[in-house]
Amino acid sequence: MIQIENVSLSYREVPILSDITLSLGKGGITALVGPNGAGKSTLLSLIARLQPLQTGRILVDSLPVNSTASRILARRLAILRQGGAIASRLTVRQLVGFGRFPHHQGRPCAGDIAAVEAALEQFELQALAERFIDTLSGGQRQRAMVAMTFCQGTDYLLLDEPLNNLDMFHARQLMRSLRTIADERQRTAIIVLHDINQAATYADRIVAMRDGRVIADGTPATVLTEDNLEAVFGYRMQIRQIDGTPLVLQHL
Amino acid sequence: MTDIRTSGKWMTKLAACAAFVMLVILSIFIGAGEFSPWQAIHDPAALQLFFASRLPRTVAAALTGAALSIAGLIMQALVRNRFVEPSTAGTAQSAALGILIMTLVFPAASLAMKTLFASILALLGTSIFMMTAHRLPPAQPYLVPLFGLVYGGVIGAVVTFVGWQTELLQFIDIWTNGEFSGVVRGRYELLWGTALMAAIAWWVADRLTVLSLGRDVSIGLGLSYQRTLQLGLVIVSAISALTVVIVGIIPFVGLVVPNLVSRILGDNLRGTIPWVGLSGATLVLGCDVLGRLLRYPYEIPVATVMGVVGAILFLRLMFTRATHA
Amino acid sequence: MLDRRLLFLAAIALAAVIAFMTLGLRGNVAFILQLRGLKLLALVQVAVSIAISTVLFQTVTANRILTPSIMGLDALYLFGQTALVFLLGGFGYASLNTGVKFGVEVLLMVALAMVLLWPLLRNRMDMNLMLLMGVTLGLLFRSLSALLSRLLDPNAFAIVQTVSFANFNTLRADLTVLGTIVTFGAALLCWRARHVLDVIGLGRETAIGLGVNWTKAAAGLLMLVAVLVAVSTALVGPVAFFGLLVAALAERLMGTQRHATLLPAAALMGIVVLVGGQTVSQHGLGGASTLGVVIEFAGGLAFLLLLILGSRK
Ligand SMILES: Nc1ncnc2c1ncn2[C@@H]1O[C@H](COP(=O)(O)OP(=O)(O)O)[C@@H](O)[C@H]1O
Ligand SMILES: [Mg+2]
Repeated sequence: MIQIENVSLSYREVPILSDITLSLGKGGITALVGPNGAGKSTLLSLIARLQPLQTGRILVDSLPVNSTASRILARRLAILRQGGAIASRLTVRQLVGFGRFPHHQGRPCAGDIAAVEAALEQFELQALAERFIDTLSGGQRQRAMVAMTFCQGTDYLLLDEPLNNLDMFHARQLMRSLRTIADERQRTAIIVLHDINQAATYADRIVAMRDGRVIADGTPATVLTEDNLEAVFGYRMQIRQIDGTPLVLQHL
Repeated sequence: MTDIRTSGKWMTKLAACAAFVMLVILSIFIGAGEFSPWQAIHDPAALQLFFASRLPRTVAAALTGAALSIAGLIMQALVRNRFVEPSTAGTAQSAALGILIMTLVFPAASLAMKTLFASILALLGTSIFMMTAHRLPPAQPYLVPLFGLVYGGVIGAVVTFVGWQTELLQFIDIWTNGEFSGVVRGRYELLWGTALMAAIAWWVADRLTVLSLGRDVSIGLGLSYQRTLQLGLVIVSAISALTVVIVGIIPFVGLVVPNLVSRILGDNLRGTIPWVGLSGATLVLGCDVLGRLLRYPYEIPVATVMGVVGAILFLRLMFTRATHA
Repeated sequence: MLDRRLLFLAAIALAAVIAFMTLGLRGNVAFILQLRGLKLLALVQVAVSIAISTVLFQTVTANRILTPSIMGLDALYLFGQTALVFLLGGFGYASLNTGVKFGVEVLLMVALAMVLLWPLLRNRMDMNLMLLMGVTLGLLFRSLSALLSRLLDPNAFAIVQTVSFANFNTLRADLTVLGTIVTFGAALLCWRARHVLDVIGLGRETAIGLGVNWTKAAAGLLMLVAVLVAVSTALVGPVAFFGLLVAALAERLMGTQRHATLLPAAALMGIVVLVGGQTVSQHGLGGASTLGVVIEFAGGLAFLLLLILGSRK
């Protein structure tokens, strides 16, 4: 379980996050939605100890993130950053292989190698495995990064806009993979999405943020109302129901 | 397709090994004193020359080249910029300043003590460079080496100024202009320290590669980012100080070798460090041999030859990169 | 209506000149005055030519942290000298006609400036990449000079040594006069073109939009820069960051980029720093030979500061 308690953050007096308290149970997919600058990425990087906490507390499986050894956390929690460009010339297999680093510290065993192969297969990267990542297309590179994060094999996955650059086929496939590991292996994914319908279809829970605050929190059916969406995104959108799932006509 | 590529890789690796072996042989048999394979077997005096001068010089050149290239490689991973190396980041100049200070303040100190102090100053100078380099906008990759070059130049000016005031200019020339002609048995053994540093680098190669993926990825993978950064800095500084103290500054090695190797083998340090080392050793040996041949029987310092060869290689690198991008 | 700050700067420059001429006069006054007069002329000429060439260079490249010597121009000059000694021998070099030699040097430097900056003139290559290439070229020429000088015999080597450091003490009368004429002409040209220069400083697209024949103007200006650098390098040797220091100080002080004020301010600032620095180092601190190193140091620091401050915004 990830517990976020009274977390606030500001850069040079400008508040970025204001008193956020959230509890994210084990298992399932939580979608984080909100307009640009809402503080989603900041919240994720605080959970992943990429920046220091200013006030409040964050616990992952009751381990405080700011005082637990980084290596221990890396076996429980993996993060994919938004637009984390990698300039190194590594092959896709090498890059994905570094996802196992927290487990073997540079001396991989057979299990690690099998995990890498499984991740390559899951994201259809076998054909690209020996290519250097700087020769890939944006979407292929994004898939390699996602595969690396998956490969880390952690209970918690934090994914910041993982669908960036992906085509519809691979976006759907990524969401289905997340669903599979959540259902079959009780993994937990916290994922920042801009496509609200992906969230509606695949997430168990949606947390909507704006201006550093949580505006709405709950199942897709309870969060995705016209009033909530207007409060978060600033315009009214129509909502239809298809087979019991809300479909937001966000583009109209 | 993969087959052609991997076989091409093997050809390149084989060629690098062959070139290295050839240059080692050349380096042993070229020089002011007469020395041929025939004599090596029959003439004790020639054998003496071999063990006292030729072998140490060859070993020193190979060690220096390998270590400087690896230092450049590590530096590039730490700064995440392909255009930096110890002599363009103030590291080598700081080391020279360190040994200058030691020579002025404690002239009686042993070479090892002087080297230690030079390493500490190198560490300090490089840390300042790193702190500033991280603040420069990452979107402009050429700004960092530019900054480093001028920063190194400013420290170099301080060294020259102090040397001038204290009439130590000819020493400064020795430290700043690398050459191997003074390398004989008993005067270079400290250089084996660079081999130790290179071995440590290989030991932590995976950590350094993770580091080169950036701070966020490193922390996400549970690497102790600061500690690895510091370790990398220590390795780079120690290699720089050792080479500056014993052979002097040699420019461009750490810049061009890792870049050329990266083209073919990529940036996974576990796999590339040995090849970077071998290629660096080959390049420095080659330049040293060239320096001995150009005006036989006089010698031209390896740093001077490398200044020309390395600058041309570096310009080529920049040009192809610019036209690719 | 002259700017007060400009007048202030002129006053300081004048004070520096007077101090330089009169401090510590002893012995054969007429002879010393004549000697100092020549030296003063050389210093002023160098200061003015470097200041102007730096400002021009910054204007053409629309970048305020550049200086021609970063681009390897003075290293090329040095290499030319060494190559000449190498080809002609020490005697041949010494017996060369100053004017001819100077002419050849200038042509070479203009050619290099064109080759180096052509990509910039055509389609604006990445400025920092170009800079880095310039620095590397400078290193290449320096290494080539060193390599050639190692191939020389000791006598010829000594000749090369004397031209390879900035030296404000031994000056040649013929070069000084030649340099003064060239610098004066260049300064006049720049002054007449000061309003066009303002437009060019806005950058290539804007300048073209405002009807300036940019390519032609830029090529001409760069040639002028090469000539000015050649003049000052021929007189005192390479001074890498002096121009940058002076131009940056002038711009800070005047708070404008209008060439009508910037050009004279930079020239005056150059005189203040060079003549004043020479006076101080002769009568105060240490030996006179250290001025070059001190200026390098201060100029290098100024460059680093500009780089960091400039990239902050
Ligand atoms: N390094 C930084 N310095 C100052 N402000 C920042 C910094 N990083 C992010 N911000 C600000 O914090 C707010 C939240 O950013 P972020 O968490 O990235 O939003 P998003 O929800 O789009 O991911 C934005 O207003 C952004 O401008
Ligand atoms: Mg974001």
